[in-house]
Amino acid sequence: MSDFVYDLIGLTAGVFFILALKGLSHPRTARRGNLLGAFGAGVATIVVFFHGELNNIWWILGSIAVGTVVGVPAARKVQMTQMPQLVALFNGVGGGAAALVAIVEYQNLGDKATTAEVIFTVFTVVVGCVSFSGSIITFLKLQELMTTRPVVFPGGRFVIAATLAAVLGSSVWVVIELGTTPLLVLAGLSLAFGILFVLPVGGADVPIVISLLNAFTGLTVAASGYVLQSTLLIIAGTLVGASGTILTRLMAEAMGRSLFGTLFGAFTAKPQDTSGAAEDRPVRSGSPDDVAILLNYARRVVIVPGFGLAVAQAQHTVRELADLMISKGIDVAYGIHPVAGRMPGHMNVLLAEANVPYDQLAEMDEVNPTFGQTDVAIVIGANDVVNPAAKTTPGCPIYGMPILEVSNASNVIFLKRSMRPGFAGIENELLYDPKTMLLFGDAKASLTKVVSALKAL
Amino acid sequence: MEALTPIAVISIFTLSVFVGFEVVSKVSSTLHTPLMSGANAIHGVILVGAIIVCSHASTTLELTLSVIAIILATINMIGGFVVTDRMLEMFKGKKGGDK
Repeated sequence: MSDFVYDLIGLTAGVFFILALKGLSHPRTARRGNLLGAFGAGVATIVVFFHGELNNIWWILGSIAVGTVVGVPAARKVQMTQMPQLVALFNGVGGGAAALVAIVEYQNLGDKATTAEVIFTVFTVVVGCVSFSGSIITFLKLQELMTTRPVVFPGGRFVIAATLAAVLGSSVWVVIELGTTPLLVLAGLSLAFGILFVLPVGGADVPIVISLLNAFTGLTVAASGYVLQSTLLIIAGTLVGASGTILTRLMAEAMGRSLFGTLFGAFTAKPQDTSGAAEDRPVRSGSPDDVAILLNYARRVVIVPGFGLAVAQAQHTVRELADLMISKGIDVAYGIHPVAGRMPGHMNVLLAEANVPYDQLAEMDEVNPTFGQTDVAIVIGANDVVNPAAKTTPGCPIYGMPILEVSNASNVIFLKRSMRPGFAGIENELLYDPKTMLLFGDAKASLTKVVSALKAL
Repeated sequence: MEALTPIAVISIFTLSVFVGFEVVSKVSSTLHTPLMSGANAIHGVILVGAIIVCSHASTTLELTLSVIAIILATINMIGGFVVTDRMLEMFKGKKGGDK
């Protein structure tokens, strides 16, 4: 295959990627968009085998087979609740792959490498490694294998600043000295920086960081495209870098967070005061029957689902409850916070899985003005997205995040496993409000009891 | 192969930045997660780069590193598209979804 035809096919794949991103931006075309992207990537991969001389072919095919055997079952079997961390992991390995490609190509070029090529190699190694180790930390946080609170240690900001300086220093070293050792030192330092960079980020901000690292990986792919003289990689990488940056900003806006504050939290965050003065205050807890009675006499009920609902696999039970209430003539809506779940849009995916009709799902801006006319708001396994501290307590980790104003409803019911605070680790004053009733226990078990109690009425 | 001139690279980069900004500038928060996941799968195309470097790897170190790169890139690309499709599958058939 001539270079011309090869490049032309590469360009076509690039166009498919543009159409993919365009499609993914609209609900109706989203699935087709993803398939277009997969098609473009598939074509781009296949044509490499027909261009130029290819050695180590069995190693290549074998490695692709291994990657497929690992990746496909992971993607197929993952529970939808754990999907955000899988995306984080996929992003991380992509960044790692880009860094490795840059290291190998650098070995290959040897002394022939131009200064520009060396600079792009350095960029790819640094950002690829940061993306790799940073994504691993986001994975650990989301999987709750480590604390979801910001990890801040004394002098942390100096350690981070020193590591960053070391990364920059060794970048210069690589450009001047040229050699494998400096490059490997650089890779090690970058991995360390990625870890330090993500550790101080609090649980609620993790999705923003994943999105940012995703954009980073895109840019590394573009940079390695320059070194490998591949227009396709430049186009694809830059597209992801640019759209990922916009997406990161949109997400930060939806969550009411400043991007700057999220990223440089490491330099400003103080170890949190976690003294629980509030813990032994009285709360009003009720039985499933109390809840059923309250619901039976309501005219309008808003269900606020959170991640706890998904963890308990209670999507279907909550739909059963909603259907029952509707059959009793009660007006029912689901109030969906933009970041309910672990990532923007995550809750919509989970409820769609349970066949909840789309027209019952109300976005935050739609549902907030209606809480005044709402008799009962049922908060199921959610906490941070209804926490008034976001409005009233400057300095708390979620301050400024728009919330669902359930406190305006006449009654609030919380279905919770325990008094433990939410993902962001902040106490919720609303739990102690006189009009709040708590129903402790597993969300699914509690909902099942409420459904049978309501049927009996 | 003829080298890409710096101006060609800068042009491709600049135009791609604007296209990337433009295509996602108005997206509802419902689609943030699938869009991120789809974009994530697209950068899995680094697989092409991994295959190229593997094909001219001459030392054991180069071969080892590029084999790892291919495995990781494949996971990123194929896994990414599959998981995105699973997410979007759930939106199908929901009529009147546009609000």
